[in-house]
Amino acid sequence: MARAHALDVCAPRARIRLVVDLNRCQAYAQCCFLAPGVFELHGEEALWYDPEPDPAQREHVLRAVASCPVQAIAVEWPERTDDDGVEAPPRRSP
Amino acid sequence: MREEAILRTIYDPAHRAHPYALYDQLRQVPVRWQEDGPHEAGTYVVSTYREIAALMHDPRISSDLRKGAQSGGPRTPAAPYTFINLDPPEHDRLRRLAMRHFGPPERSDYLERLRPDIERIAARLADGLQGERTIDLVSRFAYPLPVTVICTILGVPHEDQAQFHLWADALVEGVGSNAPEARARRLEASLALNRYMAELVERRRKQPTDDMLSCMATDAGPEGRMDDPYLVATAALLLVAGHETTVNLIANGALTLLRHPSILERLRHEPDLVVCAVEEILRYEPPVQLLANRTTLDDVSIAGTTIPKGVLVTFALAAGNRDPLRFRDPGRFDPERPENAHLGFGGGNHYCFGAPLARIEGQIALRELVRRLQGPRLVVDPPPYRPSPVLRGPQQLLVEVDGVHPT
Amino acid sequence: MSTAFGDDKRILIVGASLAGLRAAETLRAEGFRGRVTIVGDEPDEPYDRPPLSKGVIAGRFPAAHTALPRCEPLRDVEWRLGVAATGLDALAKRVLLLDGQSIEFDRLLIATGARARPWRDPSQAKLDGVFTLRGRADAERLHARLAAHPNRVVVIGAGFMGSEIASSCRELGLAVTVIERGPAPLSGALGGVVAERAGALQRDHGVDLRCYTTVDALEGDAEGRLRRVRLSDGSALDADVAVVALGAVRNTEWLRGSGLAAGEFGVACDAGCRAIALNFIVTDDFFVAGDVARFPHPLYRHQFLALEHWSNAIEQAAIAAHNMICAPANRRPHLAVPAFWSSQFGVNIKSVGVPSAADEVFIAQGSLAAGRFVAVYGKEGRVVAAVTFNQGRWIEFYQRLIESAAPFPPEASAADRPTPSAPIPVAFPDPTAVAHEATAILTGYDATDRRVQWIPRRRAAPAHGAVNPR
Ligand SMILES: Cc1cc2nc3c(=O)[nH]c(=O)nc-3n(C[C@H](O)[C@H](O)[C@H](O)COP(=O)(O)OP(=O)(O)OC[C@H]3O[C@@H](n4cnc5c(N)ncnc54)[C@H](O)[C@@H]3O)c2cc1C
Ligand code: HEM
Ligand code: SF4
Repeated sequence: MARAHALDVCAPRARIRLVVDLNRCQAYAQCCFLAPGVFELHGEEALWYDPEPDPAQREHVLRAVASCPVQAIAVEWPERTDDDGVEAPPRRSP
Repeated sequence: MREEAILRTIYDPAHRAHPYALYDQLRQVPVRWQEDGPHEAGTYVVSTYREIAALMHDPRISSDLRKGAQSGGPRTPAAPYTFINLDPPEHDRLRRLAMRHFGPPERSDYLERLRPDIERIAARLADGLQGERTIDLVSRFAYPLPVTVICTILGVPHEDQAQFHLWADALVEGVGSNAPEARARRLEASLALNRYMAELVERRRKQPTDDMLSCMATDAGPEGRMDDPYLVATAALLLVAGHETTVNLIANGALTLLRHPSILERLRHEPDLVVCAVEEILRYEPPVQLLANRTTLDDVSIAGTTIPKGVLVTFALAAGNRDPLRFRDPGRFDPERPENAHLGFGGGNHYCFGAPLARIEGQIALRELVRRLQGPRLVVDPPPYRPSPVLRGPQQLLVEVDGVHPT
Repeated sequence: MSTAFGDDKRILIVGASLAGLRAAETLRAEGFRGRVTIVGDEPDEPYDRPPLSKGVIAGRFPAAHTALPRCEPLRDVEWRLGVAATGLDALAKRVLLLDGQSIEFDRLLIATGARARPWRDPSQAKLDGVFTLRGRADAERLHARLAAHPNRVVVIGAGFMGSEIASSCRELGLAVTVIERGPAPLSGALGGVVAERAGALQRDHGVDLRCYTTVDALEGDAEGRLRRVRLSDGSALDADVAVVALGAVRNTEWLRGSGLAAGEFGVACDAGCRAIALNFIVTDDFFVAGDVARFPHPLYRHQFLALEHWSNAIEQAAIAAHNMICAPANRRPHLAVPAFWSSQFGVNIKSVGVPSAADEVFIAQGSLAAGRFVAVYGKEGRVVAAVTFNQGRWIEFYQRLIESAAPFPPEASAADRPTPSAPIPVAFPDPTAVAHEATAILTGYDATDRRVQWIPRRRAAPAHGAVNPR
């Protein structure tokens, strides 16, 4: 799966979305130190995270993603547009 | 050069400024015997990314000095009590007991709450450079920043810092050296540091403040408290690690940025880039280049070599970080490198305890330097290096500036 | 960039979830410029399921937060969401939709996953307060009910899902009873030795755990609300919420009559993800990935493996997509060692390989009593699986032992090896005795489901609540 960097070219969206590959994650907790409102250790090794954190957490998420020793965090960044434009949602069947 | 003497050449101070060609050479054979290095009896050196990563997660590889292959026994009297020198389950328990007061799960937001304080310390240090044209970034910035921070975290009084400086230097100067004088100095410093720490722990126990030492000394958590020898040794370990590693991250980082002016320029406009730049520095110029403290508990076959039971194993992190099988164009400094899972902080159960702190300090320090220094340029390149091949960084980093911006 | 499968071709993906999304991304990332259509019966764009039983029902964040990040923009992919595929005309290469429309394709990826196995009695299942959990909507409803402080929650089945739900309920401070037909939670997935530890974990966290017990009936009041759960031991529990967690059913019904080997345990495919027809011939234009796939694995002597694993869905989808568009000589096999995680009661459980294939187990590091350990599973002198409780950093070492079919028990001395240590029988319960399915099972050598051999498990009387009419 592509990780943080490949995602910079992603479709514009208003929110940050992330997913952690919890098979790969080894609970080094770097993300929990650097974005404590988003990632959280539950007990010694179980990682919990909010997959759609508040955009105000952007800087923290950026640091968490960069610091993961096994690069287990994939993230799609919102495109920073002036009007906070959201891509049209995927088409639904009538 | 003889194939068995590459590591010895790396240890030779003459090569301190340019070790990477030697690491490239080492990597030609992923796992190989080297005549000496940290220790007369020689060591197996692991230098490719995949193999280092594998062995860092291999339970047959021990960090326990008591099972260790190093001659002359533990390096310092405190060494057997620090978790960096222990295996699970003792390692895990002691590390948990220390982590309780430092980070997740129990104190997740501790370091982020400290961030503004660290920013203030960095700003103050930069303020102190105003009016100067030639600055030694090591003694004026890279060193005092992490020292002030770790002393604050641990609760070591400011007035004692100068003393520590001497002890900590004596301790790490010895890392990787087996000269009798270095050994003697190391022992002496270690004893003095331990005595001091024991006293401080006693004081904090009687009159706790809200620092980490007080917390550890009075811990009433479910897993109990560390016994005093462990507590004292752990405090000393944190203090020394906090003194002697991040300084290299900041200094290596400043040096690397000054050698890559276009990236330095980009950082002025894209301050967020500093986050990935710090990761790339940890890969490209790792402050800890070698881990020379592992022992095999059994025969271990890997990459076509069998490492026999009971020998010293060295992980050449600096070599693994430039393994072309893992990193494309590894000799290039590229802050935007994708999937930069470098080995700068080690890996496996001994993954650096202080990594998040070092990252925060590195990010703040480099951002502050980029923002404050006007027209910085290197005066001496390469700069003179500190003696240790293990904890590698400049002794002095002279830069000329046109000025220092006010805050 | 262009692919062997030309730009004029049309690819259809049925199933708009993890496997479907990652496949579409791979198609685009590898340069396929033809038409890509994704059909999914859920109204939502692809979202992640593992958080549903953990953070979502525990109320840490809303279900709406689980949309999967995109690794590729997928701007030029046609989404047909909220409509089910009802049939496959293999000859005409056409998929029929519930709304009467149909879509023609040149190549098809089947990624319809699985759904929660429903409670066996439909009228009882309809009672207000009876839940299953598979999708976002299920999680939203269940969370709303849990947040309203029910007096007691009964979880039926203590597999991974049931155990995680029980854990989330305890997180919320709710009274929970777990009903398990087998000797302990997770016993079907991990064997009795490790399962005993999982049981202790539940009890330590205040779960009222009833093993060797089944549910006879769910009873409601006049308004159709759940009131009581009647148990096989003759007792009854007052409860206002019951969560049925009895495993999953593969979504293959829509393929009935298509000629593909699709059945209860999924759609059989080869190592390259190509579907196998009922006449045992491997097809060219139908591919399978994710929970719905059954595929032969060389580490398990090419028996067909059926997984409900997050990373399998991703890896298999990427391989299937690659193989759909590359030149035949460049096709890749799907060989990844199965890997799985679960988090419950503050413990991170990791598993590699197929524990249920084993007959012996060995505690290689740590201790069961301390709740931190590595359990290594062996069969016929080879390592076939490993499971860790809060010792996840070591698991990749054991994964390499599995990959190299290393001798069991592992001989090496290692840090933290308990003494004395010796392999003991793994103690998988009789398959008829566990209410849930393991999430990794070997389903024999036969591509067609009708003659599936259960190795090591046999299919006998329907498990608790699991009625599988053949
Ligand atoms: C609550 C929960 C917790 C989990 N936790 C873990 C965990 O901790 N670790 C782990 O490894 N795995 C876990 N899993 C398993 C993991 O989520 C699955 O392996 C993964 O979702 C499989 O992806 P998939 O795309 O193959 O199938 P699915 O996610 O099942 O997707 C299939 C999609 O196809 C749709 N569909 C079905 N039939 C049709 C049709 N006829 N027409 C159109 N669309 C159709 C379905 O509605 C669904 O949207 C968990 C699953 C659940 C439900
Ligand atoms: C850039 C700065 C730093 C670098 C490059 C670094 C690097 C490392 C490395 C490579 C290890 C692994 C040792 C091994 O496997 O044997 C380690 C361990 C450790 N580091 Fe750091 N470190 C840094 C900063 C710090 C700081 C600031 C602290 C203290 C707060 C610290 C405390 C420790 C401790 C306690 C261990 C032992 C962990 C264990 O054994 O579990 N380090 N460090
Ligand atoms: S930093 Fe990476 S490995 Fe560590 S807990 Fe977070 S996701 Fe897991």
